[in-house]
Amino acid sequence: MSKLDSKIPEGPLKDKWTNYKDHIDVVNPANKRNIDVIVVGTGLAGGSAAASLAEMGYNVKAFCYQDSPRRAHSIAAQGGINAAKNYQNDGDSVYRLFYDTVKGGDYRAREANVYRLAEVSANIIDQCVAQGVPFARDYGGLLDNRSFGGVLVSRTFYAKGQTGQQLLLGAYSAMNRQIAKGKIAMHNRHEMLDLVIVDGKARGIIARNMITGEIERHSAHAVVIASGGYGNVFYLSTNAMGSNASAAWKIHKKGAYFANACYTQIHPTCIPRSGEHQSKLTLMSESLRNDGRIWVPKKLEDVKAIREKKIKPVQIAEQDRDYYLERRYPAYGNLVPRDVASRAAKERCDAGYGVNATGEAVFLDFATAIERYGKEKAMVSGIENPSKEKITELGEAVIEAKYGNLFQMYEKIVNENPYKTPMMIYPAVHYAMGGIWVDYNLMTTIPGCYAAGEANFSDHGANRLGASALMQGLADGYFVLPYTIGAYLAKEIRTGKIPTNTPEFDAAEKGVREQLEKLINNKGKKSVDYFHKKLGKVMWDNVGMSRNAAGLKKAMDEIAQIREEFWKDVFVPGEMNELNPELEKATRVADFLEFGEFFAVDALHRNESCGGHFREESVEMDGEQEGEAKRDDVNFRYVAAWEYTGNPREAILHKEELTFNDIELKQRSYK
Amino acid sequence: MNLTLKVWRQKNAKAKGALETYKLNDVSEHSSFLEMLDMLNEQLINEGNEPVAFDHDCREGICGMCSLYINGEAHGPDRAVTTCQLHMRMFKDGDTIYIEPWRAKALPVIKDLIVDRSALERIQHAGGYISVNTSGNTQDANAIPIRKSDADKAMDAASCIGCGACVATCKNSSAMLFVAAKVSQFSYLPQGQVERKERVLNMVHQMDKEGFGNCTNTGACEVECPKGISLEFIARMNREYFGASIVAEN
Ligand SMILES: Cc1cc2nc3c(=O)[nH]c(=O)nc-3n(C[C@H](O)[C@H](O)[C@H](O)COP(=O)(O)OP(=O)(O)OC[C@H]3O[C@@H](n4cnc5c(N)ncnc54)[C@H](O)[C@@H]3O)c2cc1C
Ligand code: SF4
Ligand code: FES
Repeated sequence: MSKLDSKIPEGPLKDKWTNYKDHIDVVNPANKRNIDVIVVGTGLAGGSAAASLAEMGYNVKAFCYQDSPRRAHSIAAQGGINAAKNYQNDGDSVYRLFYDTVKGGDYRAREANVYRLAEVSANIIDQCVAQGVPFARDYGGLLDNRSFGGVLVSRTFYAKGQTGQQLLLGAYSAMNRQIAKGKIAMHNRHEMLDLVIVDGKARGIIARNMITGEIERHSAHAVVIASGGYGNVFYLSTNAMGSNASAAWKIHKKGAYFANACYTQIHPTCIPRSGEHQSKLTLMSESLRNDGRIWVPKKLEDVKAIREKKIKPVQIAEQDRDYYLERRYPAYGNLVPRDVASRAAKERCDAGYGVNATGEAVFLDFATAIERYGKEKAMVSGIENPSKEKITELGEAVIEAKYGNLFQMYEKIVNENPYKTPMMIYPAVHYAMGGIWVDYNLMTTIPGCYAAGEANFSDHGANRLGASALMQGLADGYFVLPYTIGAYLAKEIRTGKIPTNTPEFDAAEKGVREQLEKLINNKGKKSVDYFHKKLGKVMWDNVGMSRNAAGLKKAMDEIAQIREEFWKDVFVPGEMNELNPELEKATRVADFLEFGEFFAVDALHRNESCGGHFREESVEMDGEQEGEAKRDDVNFRYVAAWEYTGNPREAILHKEELTFNDIELKQRSYK
Repeated sequence: MNLTLKVWRQKNAKAKGALETYKLNDVSEHSSFLEMLDMLNEQLINEGNEPVAFDHDCREGICGMCSLYINGEAHGPDRAVTTCQLHMRMFKDGDTIYIEPWRAKALPVIKDLIVDRSALERIQHAGGYISVNTSGNTQDANAIPIRKSDADKAMDAASCIGCGACVATCKNSSAMLFVAAKVSQFSYLPQGQVERKERVLNMVHQMDKEGFGNCTNTGACEVECPKGISLEFIARMNREYFGASIVAEN
């Protein structure tokens, strides 16, 4: 398995998917009844895949660690989902969505996959509406759209600030219909702990029933991994507490190549940390940057006074404020892409201008927007010479209609009224562009093992645009995988049921049991969280928003050390054969401790700055772009897919060269 | 702040549970309620004891995983928030806080503060969907305009996070608000019309089968619901049910 074969179909870009679908092998309905498919994960990707595969007639076994498929972390997505519908008649098209996604991803995605994504995007909206997803509508009863960062058209569909919730509940309802029919066997509160390979093919998983602690064997003709992203390797992120890398890491250790781990998105607008007790970070949607202006004080004495609460932010005069995004990027201003906005915030805070006690916060200010909207509203309402108070009142109402739920969320957490004083925000780990390497069919390098959604290395290159992850998850699950998996399963119609009483299942189960026993019997002194927090700090300090070779090497050593200490000194209370949240955490953190080191290896090898990956060694030295990220297309225009060798540090690099026939490679400029 | 916690401990579904008392000091008023419980667990682990098991995941009020009956109120003393969004600034130094699981026959305790909500799942299996297959040629999303007011109502109903607070807080342990939210969402949309009658009959039938109590309109569910799901939807579901039953009898 030396050469990576991406299996991109021949032919012109725009015909590839159609031609391919027309010629793909299919399984006849009677045979589908004899074929089992395991789907690990029930978020947008896994949920939509499970429902669609079951509808087609396969026997699906689905797994999630929560007590219901409806609780996968897709539920938390706020802003919206992109689709090239061109309902707003603003010149959107499949090509434009494709182009924006490839450019936004800093030219590190596979053209053919992104084009297919753009092609099926419109079907997603049709499908969801048919399922009863209550998207926002205008007064004419038609679907409404909003715009997101990095693009010039309005193509984002939304359901209040709860788009992910509504899309997931749509997929969940489609699953429920199949669960009722017996076509999906749903395993809630089950965690996959290993993959079983028989004769080189993925044939099942070992899972732990999280209520009874029982170790179970499940077999199938194909296994789909849709287990979400790995952001929690940083401990603090916008992910859910249970989000993990384990399913992906386990299949990596069994032979699936892992790609581009260093491409991680740090989202610029999250609520800052408030202290040591912090367990997770909360996102404030990107849509806020449409109306909010980002700033810090110009003078350090003002910073000090604010931190000591001697003055209020509103008391700082206009000329003493540094609207640093508007200053540095006059063309895009506050709407520069996420990676650029995040680094700029870090730059100001590192220079000492952070506005809260931890020194890690900047202001997101709505005062200008409130005034502007207030005046507009007064004008259309025919109010002459409105008072300042009236303008504020009218303007706040407009802001409330747009972002009310986010403002309420902020107020609940921070206990400050963001209508009256600017929000405080800081970047936080948010999304994993990297993931399991897959070919055009979404198959990993293990035959019969597929990866979908955030878990695969996906279509977002080095940086994902807002509202594109939901689109990708549903595209994978509703419209891509159900076709491509057929080509593989067509060869399995004579295989018959896969037995689980074989040496391969024995060995996998034994490995799982041994690890769990080791954790329980370790009886060390320190909690799992102690190690997770320690790992997170090393990752954030050295493998975070800005990286350099010395820091990355240091991180690799430190992580290896923490891992050693973990296995010596971790304390996991309770038993194996019962509900045991500490044991669950321990297995996940054990994997993060390997994954984190591997992550640094990928970041170290990629000596270019590209999308979410910023190397201090690779910046523009002069000219208009001085100090900005410098991509290196000559040496790094490839997907880095790594093969596991037994030690995260010694992974072997395989390169998938990226060719761009339908797009011209350009330097991203937002000046 | 320093707190006294009275926490329900129960080894497993069959064991008998009891309230245990713990002292917890130096809790930051900025921490969330669940971060306070993290602190308690860290303390228990450092003492070599078993931590308290509780459900949680997103910690931002949307997944519906967290539960907890705090000082006799589902999701605690604040309004329109889930337990994970509750902050310690709602409490004072020296407070005693009672922390218990949801209590309802249909939602039995699995361990400590964790309950089994699969009865709610089975109600959704019984009819919480529109029967449409995945296909690349569903009609265009804008083919049927939907009145904004109807779409907004459907969205309000669809905001239910399936946490079960309504059941836990109801003296009859009724799941009416939860079921009404789903039935209402689809009843406002043209796509939901075809199966409208079977849906409400099947979901209500399943709810009764699971052992949830009857609704006597006390309105407690609406008060404790973290997503502000309105009693209006229960009235709507009653009309739907009544209409469907008459047809079913004919
Ligand atoms: C706060 C937030 C806001 C966002 N907003 C947007 C937005 O507005 N627009 C947008 O496009 N994207 C957004 N994103 C990104 C997007 O939501 C996610 O990338 C996407 O939903 C991931 O879907 P998924 O199906 O791949 O994984 P998830 O939804 O994370 O699902 C993972 C599933 O895997 C299961 N699982 C994991 N490990 C195991 C295991 N070992 N065994 C069994 N089951 C397992 C889980 O139980 C779960 O069911 C946002 C992300 C966050 C965190
Ligand atoms: S109706 Fe409210 S309280 Fe009941 S499950 Fe839904 S969100 Fe929770
Ligand atoms: S943990 Fe998700 S709603 Fe509370």
